[in-house]
Amino acid sequence: MTALLRATGLAKSFRGVHAVRDVSFEVAEGSITALIGPNGAGKTTVFNLIAGVHAPDAGAIQFRDRAIHGLRPEQVCAAGIGRTFQLVKPFPALSVLDNVIVGALLVERKVAAARTAARAILGKLGLDARADQPAAALTLSDRKRLEVARALATRPRLLLLDEVMAGLRPTECDQLVEVFRDLPRSDGLTILLIEHVMRAVMALAGHIAVLDRGEVIARGAPAEVVANPAVLSCYLGEDTEL
Amino acid sequence: MTRAAALLAILAVLAVAFPWFAGAYALSIATLILYFAYTTQAWNVMMGFAGQLSLGHALYVGIGAYAAGALFFHLGIGPWAGLPLAVAAAALAGVAIGALAFRFGVSGVYFALLTIAFAEFTRIAFDHLSWTGGPGGMFLPVEQRDTIDLLAFRGPPIFYYYAMLALTAGALALCWRLLGSRAGYYWQAIREDEDAARALGIAVFRWKLLAIAISAGMTAISGVFFAFYYNNLFPEQIFNTGRSIEIILGSVIGGVGTLFGPIVGAAVLTLLSEGITESLSALGWAVPGSKQVIYGVVLLGVVVFLPQGIWPPLARRLGLAR
Repeated sequence: MTALLRATGLAKSFRGVHAVRDVSFEVAEGSITALIGPNGAGKTTVFNLIAGVHAPDAGAIQFRDRAIHGLRPEQVCAAGIGRTFQLVKPFPALSVLDNVIVGALLVERKVAAARTAARAILGKLGLDARADQPAAALTLSDRKRLEVARALATRPRLLLLDEVMAGLRPTECDQLVEVFRDLPRSDGLTILLIEHVMRAVMALAGHIAVLDRGEVIARGAPAEVVANPAVLSCYLGEDTEL
Repeated sequence: MTRAAALLAILAVLAVAFPWFAGAYALSIATLILYFAYTTQAWNVMMGFAGQLSLGHALYVGIGAYAAGALFFHLGIGPWAGLPLAVAAAALAGVAIGALAFRFGVSGVYFALLTIAFAEFTRIAFDHLSWTGGPGGMFLPVEQRDTIDLLAFRGPPIFYYYAMLALTAGALALCWRLLGSRAGYYWQAIREDEDAARALGIAVFRWKLLAIAISAGMTAISGVFFAFYYNNLFPEQIFNTGRSIEIILGSVIGGVGTLFGPIVGAAVLTLLSEGITESLSALGWAVPGSKQVIYGVVLLGVVVFLPQGIWPPLARRLGLAR
């Protein structure tokens, strides 16, 4: 498979602290790839470099053979990368449907067409019953779904999921896993996820890259990665449940 | 939806028929209500829709008034030719302020302070601009007229009432269209969460500038009206921060971000202000400041008991919203 996203030699420091140094990895088209690592490993920084929140100090990000590093967030989105936020950011006063319409308007310039597209996506994520409620009234689990729905509405080729399972109950987590598992097949989507919930990572990811102290220390299929001694010692520890 | 349309139709008929059964005083109050309704509606585009707080909207009223007024005063160019110029000048000023602020990440209260600063700069500049009369003011030539001269925008009070009614109705229609358009959705997204808006591909900077341009341009039209209705312009008066606050109050009391809130708010505030004056003089109470105290207490009451403004709960009562 060809790489949809290729990061090479990414580096970023904040006030002299190296958050990320020389990080390289690839996300294959149609795959679900997970970026894992202990707290402070630089996962969110890598994520923000891709999403255009920060520009890298060094290195390059190629998306569909186009350099996207240094683009602003809205340009990254327009290039075909949708993202969710770790701390969900709904538009609280707008209805759930209107939230998703805002996303859909990137592709569908007419509001009526965007509304139709938004309804279809709400159905896919099981939010149709909540369509007319204000986003502020949703439970955390539904807010996470809304976050995904809104990003999907921009019709991305690559979806970046930032700890979308955090704070969910195991059953809610499993339901969302089912949704994500379906997306690459049904929408031709590629997913890159940052995740702490190993239950979800193991169920979803076909490929894992492990970050520690700003560097990639391991990558490969999930079974290989979790058996890797370096990964076990730095991150997983002995008491991690898989 | 039909219920809303019916209520709107009744309101429109009442507004159109109003001059036939109203006296001169009532007509002037109604014109004032419409003037504030229109202007606060224009402000609402920027704050209510796009979430950008302007505390200096008197700037755009002043630019509009002086642009059209000076053209008429010096060159005899009528308001219809002055109008597009006034709108363009105010929109340009708004875009310049917005571009400056948003490029350098000035937002929230700091942006609001900047809008006050620009209104104040401009006031001081006009105080020193002898071409427009400086602090002594500019007086447009007035002719007493009982017939309507549409071209010169002159006529009896009823003419100004209908002009303002048309403007208010036009602003309502425009805002309604805007709110349901792509721009309206994007503005609201920006208002609710800028980072999330960016992540959905919204070029926040450009859409904010569009909101300011439309809001400032609309406000300039009320400035043109002001110039030809009152016929005198003083920098001290028209650019005053108090004027900016006056513009905002209608939306705040009626409901920021709603379509009918600004109209309801403008009506309530103007009637309240006039009502207090009338009843105080009828009662023979001439204690200085008593009007302001009563006015302030009522505003406090609205803010405390109806924090979203008068319109949202009223709309629910009327069965227009859930």
